[in-house]
Amino acid sequence: MHSSTAWLARPFRERATQLFLGILLAALATVTLLNLALPAGHPLHISTYTVTLLGKYLSYALLAVAVDLVWGYLGILSLGHGAFFALGGYAMGMYLMRQIGDRGTYGDPVLPDFMVFLDWDSLPWYWLGFDMAWFAFVMVLLAPGLLALVFGFLAFRSRVTGVYLSIITQALTFALMLAFFRNEMGFGGNNGLTDFKELLGFDLRSDATRLGLFLATGIALALGYVLCRAIVASKLGRVCVATRDAEARTRFLGYRVERFQLFVFVVSAMLAGVAGALYVPQVGIINPGEFSPIFSIEIVLWVALGGRATLYGAVIGAILVNYAKTVFTGVMPDAWLFALGGLFVLVTVLLPKGISGLLAYRLTPRRLQREPADPSSPHREAST
Amino acid sequence: MNLLHSLADRDRVFDFLVPATSPVDVRHGPILYLEDVTVSFDGFKAIDELNLTIDDGELRCIIGPNGAGKTTMMDIITGKTRPDRGSVWFGSRHDLLAMNEPQIASLGIGRKFQKPTVFEALTVFENLELAMAADKRILPTLTARLTGEFRDRIDEVLATIGLSELRQRPAGILSHGQKQWLEIGMLLMQRPRLLLVDEPVAGMTEQEMERTAELLTGLAGKGKQSVVVVEHDMGFVRSIARTVTVLHQGSVLAEGSMDQVSGDPRVVEVYLGVDPDEEAA
Ligand SMILES: Nc1ncnc2c1ncn2[C@@H]1O[C@H](COP(=O)(O)OP(=O)(O)OP(=O)(O)O)[C@@H](O)[C@H]1O
Ligand SMILES: [Mg+2]
Repeated sequence: MHSSTAWLARPFRERATQLFLGILLAALATVTLLNLALPAGHPLHISTYTVTLLGKYLSYALLAVAVDLVWGYLGILSLGHGAFFALGGYAMGMYLMRQIGDRGTYGDPVLPDFMVFLDWDSLPWYWLGFDMAWFAFVMVLLAPGLLALVFGFLAFRSRVTGVYLSIITQALTFALMLAFFRNEMGFGGNNGLTDFKELLGFDLRSDATRLGLFLATGIALALGYVLCRAIVASKLGRVCVATRDAEARTRFLGYRVERFQLFVFVVSAMLAGVAGALYVPQVGIINPGEFSPIFSIEIVLWVALGGRATLYGAVIGAILVNYAKTVFTGVMPDAWLFALGGLFVLVTVLLPKGISGLLAYRLTPRRLQREPADPSSPHREAST
Repeated sequence: MNLLHSLADRDRVFDFLVPATSPVDVRHGPILYLEDVTVSFDGFKAIDELNLTIDDGELRCIIGPNGAGKTTMMDIITGKTRPDRGSVWFGSRHDLLAMNEPQIASLGIGRKFQKPTVFEALTVFENLELAMAADKRILPTLTARLTGEFRDRIDEVLATIGLSELRQRPAGILSHGQKQWLEIGMLLMQRPRLLLVDEPVAGMTEQEMERTAELLTGLAGKGKQSVVVVEHDMGFVRSIARTVTVLHQGSVLAEGSMDQVSGDPRVVEVYLGVDPDEEAA
């Protein structure tokens, strides 16, 4: 029935979304062209190393969009989204480990190297199935989704929100980090999963695969963005904003607020999982560091810097901050956290609505910044 | 056999078949009926054996000094507070004490809180859209489309509350009075049978007060809504009231026309021996 999918088509009619998708696709095409068509010595050539770096930024951008969905529109400040990202990453990493087969150092046809090293004689049950791509890809969504479902169910049902929720999301990711550090957990301990060889039969070290991963990440970002826009522009999105601003009032209108929160939280966690799954084959490793509480806080800073509740602001923030991080850690590796903190303070003071707030101000004609919209104009939903 | 018989009986209304809108049965009496309701907070009786009856289509004003229990009474009707004893009926079919807040709201009891809360980041139109009586589960809300019928209903309510011109503005820029009307509009979107309005004119200008009086008196009527207004402003109460109930220490002190009530010596006494008109001023 087309009426039940009309909400998914809505973003494609929005000017801002068209603009975003246009810029993103143009950027993907440009990078591809500059990577493939120009010889390595050319000043405009983009190396495969840079392509992979950009692919990493794009996976972070998708992660930031997922965080903005719950923080910007639902008012849930999750300081634990790194956990969902990491779980998606581990699901992908487990698949990549199984793809290694007998090409590991110990040459065991089934067991990954770290298990041989630990003297394990068989795969733990939770590793079963990860030799199949479809199973692993389903787990990329299911593992973070289920964790978000159980965690969110308990939190929202008890009406835990605000600072308390933020704190327990930090605790969640911290607890997972400690657990994944343990060798007995069977996820490679503090070394994590690495030494990947192939993804779906494609050699992970080949230039073509790396470009393909970059493009796949760009497409995933585009799709994730459209999905979030569709949610935000639906009536459900307005219920989210209503919940964010006046939860009790929304409840009183007859909406089961905790279910809406849970739904959006789970969608967001799954998107974060996809981002993690795309991140891992590009950086070549997943280890418990992705669970670190600091990383989850950093994600929130990207969104804050880019501008909350715009989605595209999250993308801008994630890319800019991580670019800055790459540059900065090259020069002064120890000072990065201070630089990030300083940047955050500066932006909060000078640009309270983030970079996107500045953009919106510049792009809006002066007249519209103060004057009311034309009341006779049809409601913007009119075309649906 | 008996079961089959009852299933075949077309007049029988099963609970799960009762539509969310206007299922209230007022054929045999009042729309709202409170009997011997008592609630105490840490031993302090905020509501003490309260009895109250509101007829279908009635506009009732409730007055009483601070702490008389007016807001608590509304909390009980809407399911926010559970009484220790007593019974609360909506029409002759619905026992409100057996229901939770969302159920009571979807039954057709709308409440306007003392402090106006509208969704400031959303437009006036969107505020009404969210308040609309509709399927409020997740997936229907996600895929919801605004049909002509809903749009007409919103236009109608916008006209009633006098905010048609401001439909596309964020609710955050409205004046205090306009926010109160928008809230009343949000209640109307749910096609309520009973409206509970707590101190609607506090902080309003004289002009806004007059418009509010028109609005509320226009809303009440047989086949339309019944309206219960709690208000401190005696001038306002006098201008709209047909029947006034005076609450004091959690129970009804007097009930009748404004003149009867303000002449009642007990009422004069609880208002510290002064005329209610002056007390309000
Ligand atoms: N949740 C609660 N816990 C403890 N005491 C409460 C609670 N709610 C109300 N009360 C007390 O019950 C009494 C009645 O309060 P209520 O708010 O119903 O009065 P009111 O008639 O609405 O007063 P006002 O005119 O000031 O709005 C007050 O003494 C109040 O302090
Ligand atoms: Mg009160």
